Amino acid sequence: MRLSKAWIVAARDFKIFRRVKNVWSSIIIFPVVISVLFPVILEYLAVRGSHGLAAPGVLPNLLNSFSFFLVIGAANVPLGIASYSVVGEKVEKSLEPLLATPLTDGEILLGKAISAVIPTLVAMYAAAVVFMVGIDGVTFNTLGYYYFPNWNIATLLLVLMPVAIVMSVLFSVIVSSRVNDVRSANSFGIFILFPLLGIYLSSETSIITLDVSTLLIISGAILAVDVALFFLSTKTFRREEILTKWK
Amino acid sequence: MIETENLTKKFWDLTAVDNLTLHVDDGEVFGFLGPNGAGKTTTIRILCCLISKTSGTATIGGYEIGNKADWLKIRKTIGLVPDNVGLSENLTAYDNLDFYGKIYDLSDTQRKENNKRFLEMLGLWDKRNVLAGTFSKGMKQKLAIARALIHDPQVLFMDEPTANLDPEASKTVRDFILQLKKEKKTIFLNTHNLDEAQRICDRVAIMNTSLRAIGTPQDLESSVSGRKTVIGLEQQVNEPVLGALKKLPLKNLSINGDTITFDVEDPDKENSPVVETIVLAGGHVRSINVVGSTLEDTYLKLLRK
Repeated sequence: MRLSKAWIVAARDFKIFRRVKNVWSSIIIFPVVISVLFPVILEYLAVRGSHGLAAPGVLPNLLNSFSFFLVIGAANVPLGIASYSVVGEKVEKSLEPLLATPLTDGEILLGKAISAVIPTLVAMYAAAVVFMVGIDGVTFNTLGYYYFPNWNIATLLLVLMPVAIVMSVLFSVIVSSRVNDVRSANSFGIFILFPLLGIYLSSETSIITLDVSTLLIISGAILAVDVALFFLSTKTFRREEILTKWK
Repeated sequence: MIETENLTKKFWDLTAVDNLTLHVDDGEVFGFLGPNGAGKTTTIRILCCLISKTSGTATIGGYEIGNKADWLKIRKTIGLVPDNVGLSENLTAYDNLDFYGKIYDLSDTQRKENNKRFLEMLGLWDKRNVLAGTFSKGMKQKLAIARALIHDPQVLFMDEPTANLDPEASKTVRDFILQLKKEKKTIFLNTHNLDEAQRICDRVAIMNTSLRAIGTPQDLESSVSGRKTVIGLEQQVNEPVLGALKKLPLKNLSINGDTITFDVEDPDKENSPVVETIVLAGGHVRSINVVGSTLEDTYLKLLRK
């Protein structure tokens, strides 16, 4: 597999995404909401109010749970991109001429994955910076120190987030091969968020604590899912099936 | 350039292509005719290494279809214009071509030259920065042809290139195919436009899952239905003329008022003695016409078999 070829596919998809409102809005809206909303919520409900959430002993767990939303966001953003990337080709019937070129299935698939992963990572890392600065600004007086950055968020951003994004992209590719429009692909793609929401709720209800070791375990589990999804997606992305079954 | 032998493709228990054996010469425009579902697109897809064959052999430029060592070489040898143009509608005409140029490893200079050359040849240079999605069907078809040619392939597969185009756009595409013929490109043309096949193809094959006939359009016309000579007289056919004609070995002779019709294989040789006989019997010939069965007659006859 030649990475340079996959990059050509990804670069073309980047150009296309610029002109597809649904794609770039999905890249921008969710990260902006997460990065701005949580510091604001914390400011008004926890710190300024008297809900007891701002107690120095409680706040770190709350912040870790909030941070996990960055992962949920990271898994959500590529759903729109990957769905469009594959279903869009299906709708435009542009895969047949592409498949007749010297590109391999793997190169096309990798290009599609890169085109979904990179904008998501860039958007979510930018969102994470805004999120951390905002949270630090709101909680500094209560905690007496800047909570971010720390090992927790580093693990979350550098280990868990990429594997979650890959999981979402691969899941989207599989879903996209079974549906005929972007909206359906997005609707089914949402299912991949459920396990992540489950983890978030478990942390909010103190069933688990999202510390470094837990995050690494979750990352390992998702990595295993990634491997399984990769094999599934390569089975789904077979040129013969694409040309004869994709309608 | 293209050879197939007993090429067969089955989708489960459905046979789409059955024992297809044909060859297409270098620089030939080869028409592949048949109704919908005849296996034309499936054949093109096999030849473009898009789908696998079930059995038989096929080669392009000596490279074997189905041989993993050859597939990359085959794909560099061929260009494909699919039945659905399959353009990236959110890219400009130029970017659509440029993307394919990059895939085929063309240098920046080559890409710029080829993009300009083909867009100009097909009258799209002024629209190079316009999104392909806004193009008319004819313009999209032209762009799809330019895309298939961007790496200068030796063989061009075209699947229904003029389907759904208006007459003017169809003519432009046909003229372009003839121009490519002059450049010695081998063109494999799927079509059910018989008139088009007759006008631009050196040879045609009629296909309906299996091969029904192959040859030049003229050969096919005469091989199946033959041609007829129609002679018009200035007066009704009288007894002396009829008696003289009956002595000649004419096939399917029929008389209708002042018109005499009979089958003919070589009109240049066979018509003169007939006219001479009519004149000697006192007939006055007003007109002589050779009526060929059309490719359409042949096509329909073969498909009904």
